Amino acid sequence: MRVPGRLVAEALRSLFKRRATILYPYRELEKIHLPEGFRGRIEFDRAKCIGCQLCFRVCPAKAIEMIEDEKGKRPIFYIYRCIYCAQCAEVCPTKAISMSKTFENIALRKEDLVVR
Amino acid sequence: MSFEISIGPQHPIHVEPLMLRLSVEGELIVDVDVDVSYIHRGIEKALEARPYIQGLYLVERICGICNAAHSLCYCLNVEQLLGKEAPPRAKYLRIVVEELSRIHSHLLWLGHYFHTLGFETLFMYFWRDRERIMDMLELITGNRVTTSYNTIGGVRRDLTPEAEQRLRRTLDYIEERMRYYEKVIDSEPTILARTQGVGILKPSDAVRLGVVGPHLRASGVKHDVRLDDPYSGHDEIPFNVITWDTCDCYARVKVRIREVYESVNMIRYALDHMPSGDYRLKIPPFFKAPPGESLSRVEAPRGELVHYSISDGGDRPYRYKVRTPTLANLLSVVEMLRSRDGYEVYIADVPAILGGIDPCICCSARVMVTDEARRRRTIMTLEDVIKISRERGAKRR
Repeated sequence: MRVPGRLVAEALRSLFKRRATILYPYRELEKIHLPEGFRGRIEFDRAKCIGCQLCFRVCPAKAIEMIEDEKGKRPIFYIYRCIYCAQCAEVCPTKAISMSKTFENIALRKEDLVVR
Repeated sequence: MSFEISIGPQHPIHVEPLMLRLSVEGELIVDVDVDVSYIHRGIEKALEARPYIQGLYLVERICGICNAAHSLCYCLNVEQLLGKEAPPRAKYLRIVVEELSRIHSHLLWLGHYFHTLGFETLFMYFWRDRERIMDMLELITGNRVTTSYNTIGGVRRDLTPEAEQRLRRTLDYIEERMRYYEKVIDSEPTILARTQGVGILKPSDAVRLGVVGPHLRASGVKHDVRLDDPYSGHDEIPFNVITWDTCDCYARVKVRIREVYESVNMIRYALDHMPSGDYRLKIPPFFKAPPGESLSRVEAPRGELVHYSISDGGDRPYRYKVRTPTLANLLSVVEMLRSRDGYEVYIADVPAILGGIDPCICCSARVMVTDEARRRRTIMTLEDVIKISRERGAKRR
């Protein structure tokens, strides 16, 4: 049966409902509930790293570079190239790499998006 | 006297660059040309230069919406090369995420379809409800869109009991909403007028043109890879293959709505009967695949997805080929847009018809689809291309 305007009742009801969207940027950040295991900005625990280079070899976006320092080979993470697949965190034998819940990875200077 | 009208490559009805050249007589469309080659990205070639584990994240990016299907197809393909099979729990978890992404893709399509028809209210409601599914995907996989859930030899994380409870509640909500939307769609004159009898694709034509997925099922042909070739334990899970026999745009809407119910029931069944045990095999990140070839098929939200690979025994594919569902479905647009005896297509029907196949152009920019040589435009035949390439090769030598 053809009933025009069936959605009107639903539309009127929606008028008095809570807004479905979240104001952005930074207005209602507390309303965002990220689940455990969210893949955000990489965090790196330099003390745990043993310099095995697995993360460097596995990274599909080539966002990891190996540098030489006093302790041997250590990775640098370029967040602006990262695709947040968390494959490096998965292969890391000492769990030195983890994914945080930071999803707003915006910066004016490139150096701010480098994790050492 | 016929005129030629170009719709695209950039046009409000397209989300992605696609060129439609319509030959019109008055308002009637008599012929059409399709060109999808605007966003060629060279992914197949790029796959040849990456170890298997890195290729996994590249195939996910062939299509953002179908990323779970693409990564699943890739994993099945590589597992086949290695002669391994994912454990039972991984298979069920793969089904959960695959069906969740099918619901999210169908809701996206429904919303976008009513948006192209000019029904913005439904668009907003569908996308609002879709957000619930995205939250579930985020909860289970760690990201809203690009799930990165499947991996070679299983899935990357397990399902927690809390996530399962939230997922069940969301499924109840989605099912209730979809029943309401189906009622609205069945009774709303605006939608019925724009979809019923528009874009007829007869079953015989659909089969002849190699149409796949919900688009084929909307033509009344019972075909579903999940049923014909159960690739991830689908033979253990009961589900109905939805078909509709009116063969028009209305059928395409109905099939996709009913498929959401089926997906909801499949996820519920998978959760109820989830096998215990490991959720992934222990496969090292770098490995060499034995020489050989393998072909895998997955029912992506838009239809049958085919991945084919050849291995020469190295740590990366020698050749990788992807056949996406939209590529199979695009030819039917030409068929549906062409007026024939007693079947008239108007320019105003183009959005409804093109939208009906759920086009995903970025998947398809792999070959050029050309219908026939049109005036003022010369089109190279295969022989021409072969001749030119031979001449150039001879010069280089």
